[in-house]
Amino acid sequence: MSDSLTMVGRSLRLTMRTPDALLTSLLLPVMLMLLFVYLFGGAIQTGTRYVTYVVPGVLLLCAGFGASLTAVSVSHDMTGGIVDRFRSLDVGGAAVLAGHVAASVARNLASTVLVFGVAFLIGFRPSAQPLDWLAAGGVLLVFMLAISWLSAAIGLLARSPEAAGGFTFFMAFLPYPSSAFVPIETMPTWLHGFAENQPVTPVIETLRGLLLGTPVGTSPWQALAWCLGILVASVALAGVLFRRRTA
Amino acid sequence: MTHELAVEATGLEKSYGAVKVLAGIDLRVERGSVFALLGPNGAGKTTTVRILSTLIRADAGHARVAGFDVVRDRRRVRRSISLTGQYAAVDELQTGEENLRMMGRLSRLPGSRARRRARELLERFDLADAGGRRVATYSGGMRRRLDLAASLVANPAVIFLDEPTTGLDPRGRQAVWQVVGALAGSGVTVFLTTQYLEEADRLADRIAVLDGGRVVADGTSAQLKQKVAEQRLDLELADASAFQDIAGLLGGRAVQRDSGRLTIGVPTDGSAAHVRALLDEVDPGRRAVRRFAVHTATLDDVFLALTGRTAGRPEKEKETANV
Repeated sequence: MSDSLTMVGRSLRLTMRTPDALLTSLLLPVMLMLLFVYLFGGAIQTGTRYVTYVVPGVLLLCAGFGASLTAVSVSHDMTGGIVDRFRSLDVGGAAVLAGHVAASVARNLASTVLVFGVAFLIGFRPSAQPLDWLAAGGVLLVFMLAISWLSAAIGLLARSPEAAGGFTFFMAFLPYPSSAFVPIETMPTWLHGFAENQPVTPVIETLRGLLLGTPVGTSPWQALAWCLGILVASVALAGVLFRRRTA
Repeated sequence: MTHELAVEATGLEKSYGAVKVLAGIDLRVERGSVFALLGPNGAGKTTTVRILSTLIRADAGHARVAGFDVVRDRRRVRRSISLTGQYAAVDELQTGEENLRMMGRLSRLPGSRARRRARELLERFDLADAGGRRVATYSGGMRRRLDLAASLVANPAVIFLDEPTTGLDPRGRQAVWQVVGALAGSGVTVFLTTQYLEEADRLADRIAVLDGGRVVADGTSAQLKQKVAEQRLDLELADASAFQDIAGLLGGRAVQRDSGRLTIGVPTDGSAAHVRALLDEVDPGRRAVRRFAVHTATLDDVFLALTGRTAGRPEKEKETANV
């Protein structure tokens, strides 16, 4: 346990010392939100103010992108000699990876707060009750955790930090074919199947419903099922991969 | 830890796929000594270190380190050792002091102890001024020193150094040698691997030569070099008949012979008197030997003598002179 804390401290320090990556993961979501609201938003009909529609999507985009940076930092550790030293000090893979995941969640929380702040400034007016806020925060946290562990696993799979960086790209695009930025009905029919059933959509629908006080239906359960499924599978995969990489 | 041996390995085997990396090796390292595992790339040095430091498991055989079994008592072995691998295992984005403090915390030192230990080690490794700087700004030698300092944070009983000087400039190498020299005699056991005979020679009490996954020789540096002649007088002869005459005269004393290049090598102690006497003996008429060179034994020579083939490294010639 104390090893994990030491490793969290390490990962946070490393995060703070890569200002370019940190700034990108903090500012990119805000830039994208401004881009969508002011450049594309006028042309998109969603039935509500576009900023209100788009915030959940931006939050997810930012969580996915921020979390996927974990893959790069994990891969960096694996290609250097430091993991061997940690292991020879009897520090397990779980502590090393948990450090990266915790730093990732912390980074994501910071960028989430930033997105909310700017969203409020440009007219985002949610009608959520305290309990809805709590639930939305919880769903978002589980999503971040799941994606962070998934990226940790990808980082173990990648042969170089550069290759791991490719995952960032994938995660930054996954929210587009979903209900994040435009209603799915406006997409070509062949895309509906994917867009409606990919993990990002129920998470977005849940956040949107909770923040705007509209009915959420079964979305929260689908969202939780996806996130917990990804989380469990990723942690297991990461365990196996870590043992294999270090064997 | 009442055991007399710091490292004791019997019959270690390890294969990766169809490649047999270790084909059954035995090692015995006395406590408090400096031990060198000498061998070329691919001989199995790193695999051996990884097995002994509990990072991987051998397919067969047993090993005890600091008195504990590396498989059954892995945890206790890990508390007794430190490992410095071929690549600097420090965070570039943290400062030297932060790296050492982190290692201290991971070695279960309380915060204040970890901080004190970090300062002590920075001082001892001549890094006190650089302690507050990020490692990314360090030179290769400084990084290696920090790496070594990191391996000493927890006062380990057995220190594994896997090719500690590979890739260092001569000054960096010198600094590492000083550190290992200072460790020797302080009670800790140092287990190092190297490709350089000179390094093993300088640092180690005992040397084991590893080749193709087998220990082909072990002993003190002096014992090993007796097998190959520490120095060799290489004679370049004037023509083929001179080569025949001298090869016949020397017989079994010639340790190296090349009829194409007309060269013959004879063991010598390297002293002027001995070289002069040898030259007079083989070439009293002073016409047969055109040039000579005194050649210091290299890993190649040890290899040639032990395995009948070279380790595939360039020869180093010294003190060439005309006759």
